Amino acid sequence: MSLKTFSRGGVHPPEYKLSSGKPIIELPPPEVAVIPISQHLGAPAKVVVERGQEVKVGQLIAVAEGFVSTNVHSSVSGKVMKIDQFTDSSGYRKMAVQIQVEGDEWIETIDRSDDLVRSSVLPAEVIRKKILEAGIVGMGGATFPSHVKLTVPKGKTPEYLVINGVECEPYLTADHTLMMNRTEEIFSGIQLLMKGLGVDRAIVGIENNKPDAIEKMNQVVRGSNVTVQGLKVKYPQGGEKQLVQALLKREVPSGGLPIDVGVVVFNVGTALATYEAVMKNRPLIDRMVTVTGKELKDPSNFRVRIGTPVSMLIEKAGGLPGNTAKVINGGPMMGKALSTLDVPVVKGSSGILLISEGESRRKEVKPCIRCTKCVTVCPMGLEPYLLMSLSEKGLFERMEHEKVMDCIECGSCSYTCPSSRPLLDYIRLGKAEVGKIMRARKAV
Amino acid sequence: MSQIIIYTIITLVAIGAAAAIILYFVAQKFKVYEDPRIDEVEKALPAANCGGCGFPGCRNFAETLVKTETWDDLFCPVGGNETMSKAAAILGRVAVEQAPKVAVIRCNGTPEFRPRVTQYDGAPTCAIAHSLYSGEGGCPHGCLGLGDCVVVCTFDAIHMDPVTDLPVVIDDKCTACGACVEACPRDIIELRQKNKKDRKIFVSCINEEKGVVSKQHCSVSCIGCSKCFKVCPYEAITMENNLAFIDSEKCKLCRKCVPECPTDAILEIGFPPPRIKEPVEESEINTN
Repeated sequence: MSLKTFSRGGVHPPEYKLSSGKPIIELPPPEVAVIPISQHLGAPAKVVVERGQEVKVGQLIAVAEGFVSTNVHSSVSGKVMKIDQFTDSSGYRKMAVQIQVEGDEWIETIDRSDDLVRSSVLPAEVIRKKILEAGIVGMGGATFPSHVKLTVPKGKTPEYLVINGVECEPYLTADHTLMMNRTEEIFSGIQLLMKGLGVDRAIVGIENNKPDAIEKMNQVVRGSNVTVQGLKVKYPQGGEKQLVQALLKREVPSGGLPIDVGVVVFNVGTALATYEAVMKNRPLIDRMVTVTGKELKDPSNFRVRIGTPVSMLIEKAGGLPGNTAKVINGGPMMGKALSTLDVPVVKGSSGILLISEGESRRKEVKPCIRCTKCVTVCPMGLEPYLLMSLSEKGLFERMEHEKVMDCIECGSCSYTCPSSRPLLDYIRLGKAEVGKIMRARKAV
Repeated sequence: MSQIIIYTIITLVAIGAAAAIILYFVAQKFKVYEDPRIDEVEKALPAANCGGCGFPGCRNFAETLVKTETWDDLFCPVGGNETMSKAAAILGRVAVEQAPKVAVIRCNGTPEFRPRVTQYDGAPTCAIAHSLYSGEGGCPHGCLGLGDCVVVCTFDAIHMDPVTDLPVVIDDKCTACGACVEACPRDIIELRQKNKKDRKIFVSCINEEKGVVSKQHCSVSCIGCSKCFKVCPYEAITMENNLAFIDSEKCKLCRKCVPECPTDAILEIGFPPPRIKEPVEESEINTN
C-alpha cells in the first residue's frame, strides 16, 4: 500500500536526524533568565511584576493583552532584575523580563510528579480556560496562541483534530523524542484537546522515517477514536495545510484556515503542554529543543526552561565547534541565523542548529534560467520565480494578485533553485509589503 | 489588369473618404478639452519624472500646477526655484521660494567605529537585510551598506564608499528628490537645507537607544548626553528619545556643538581646517 502524502510540490532534503533516539535531558535553570513578553503571534503581553520582586517558577509575569495574545510565566525562581529591552534572535531589541535565579522554588499548585493523571469529566470551557491561563502556543514554531484555535468561529464546525507529529525539518528530533518518551501524556493531551474542541475524531500524522514513534503511538491509542497515520517522507508535510491535505484529502481554500474544512491542527508538543497545563496545573515554562549539527560533539534533545540563553544549550551539547560559521534558530529549511548567542530560548524555539564553514556559504546567485523547478516544488501552487521578480521590481500590488499571501515560507523554492536565487528572501519581503498594503486598505 | 488596379483605388478612396467623414463627426462629438498651458508648463519642468514632487511624473505635476489654487505644498525639488518661477510665469502667478535641500546620510558607522560582528550573505538589498536582522554591525538603526539608496537614485548622486561601507552623496548632483529617503528601510537619510559652500553640521546618528546600549555597537553613536543641546546659542538642537537633532533651518553653522560631543557624533563638513590660535572670522560664522 502506498503511503499518504500531500499532492502538490515538496522536496526531499537529506534528513540528518543526528539526535534521533537520544533521551530527553532535563537542563537545570540558568543563572539569569531573560523572558521576552512577546513569544507568540499577536499582541505582546503586559508585564505584571515589578523590579526587585521575588518570583517563583510558574508565576504569571505578563498577562495577555487582547484575544490574540497569551500569558507569560516565570520559568525560574528568583528576583526580577530588569524589565527592559533585550536583544532577541533577530538582533533587534524587544521587551523582556530579566530574572536573577535563586534556587528552584515552584508555586504550590503545580503537580511536579510523573504520575499519569487522566480525567474525562472536565468540561470543555475549563480546558480552554486552563490553556489560555497556562500561556500555551503552537509548539511547532509558529507560536499561534492555542486558545484562539480552540475557539471555533461562528458558522464553522470542527470535525477532526489533527495532531502534527511530522517533524519534516531535517536535523530536528524534538517531537520525535517527545512521542517516544511521553506517549501516554501526549495521548491524554490529545483527548483533552478533542474535548476542548468538541470533536470525536483525531488523527496523528507521523512521517514514515519514525517507525518507532508510529508503533509506540499506535500501541497507546489502540481502542480509542484516535488513529495514527504513517506518511511518506516529504518536506514540508509539517505545514498544517499540507498535513490536512495529506491525511484527509481536504484542500484549505486560498487565504483560509484548516477550520474552513472542518479541521484544527495542533503539534504533539502542544498536546503535551495541554496535558501538563490542564492535569498538572503547569504553565508553559519549558520546551523541547534539539541542539544539533554535524560538527557538534554531542547532539542532544534538551528540555529547557524558557529564557535560558542559547549559549548554555550549546555548552551542554559539547561546546561550540571552532569551525562553526552559522548558528540557526530552528531547522535548516525555515530557521533563521542568530546574530548573537546571548538570546534566550522562547516558546517557539524548536532547535538550535550549528553549521560549519564549508556548508554555510550561499552559492553565487545566477540568472533565472526559467526551468520552473520552483513552480514544481511549491506546495502552495505558486510561481516563486515570478513572485521574486515582481518583488525585485517593487510591483507589490501584482504580487497580491498572484496570491503571495498564501506562501507558507517553507523555502522549497530556494532549496531547489539550480541558480541558487534567493527566492524566499524576496518573496518574504513582498509578503511584508503586501501585508502593509492590505492593512492600510482595511484601515480606510 | 489595369481595370483591377483602378477598381481597387476607387474602392479604397471611397472607404477612406467615408471613414474620414465618420471620424470627423466622432472627433467633434467626443472632443476633450485640455488646457494648452499644461503642455507649456510640462515643457518648463525638468522631465526627470523622478517623483520627487510627490506626483507620478512631470506631466501629472504640470496638470496639478495648472489646476490647483494653492501652491503651498507644490515644489519641484529637481528644478528648484528657477523652474518654479518659470512655471509661475506661464500661468501668471508667483512661485513660493524654497531653500534648496540636499540629502545627508545620518550614520557614521564605518567598520572602524562599528566593528562587524556578523556576516550577511543573503539577498543583497537593505530592505531584506533589515527585515531579517539588525545588520552586520549589530546596531539596529545603522546603515546596512547594501546600497538601496544608490539603486533608486536617478541622478547618479549617491555611491557606496568601499572603505567606510557607507553611502556618499555628491551634493552638486543631488536634487533632493527624496527617492533615497523613501528607499532607506532604516530612515537614515534626511533632506537638509543646503548651505553656502556645501557646509553641513549634523548629528550623524539616529540611534534612539540609551547611551550605554548604543555605544556597545558603535563608538560614534549619539548617546543622548545633551551637551550639544546645552551649548547651542540658537536653540537649533532638540533632544528626543536619547537622540540629538540639529534643525538645519535654525542652525547658523557656529560649530559650538561639534567639540562638545563626547562621541564625535556631530559631523562638520565643508569647513576649512581649523587654524591654530586664529579665531574663526565673524563673517564665516554667519554664513546663513
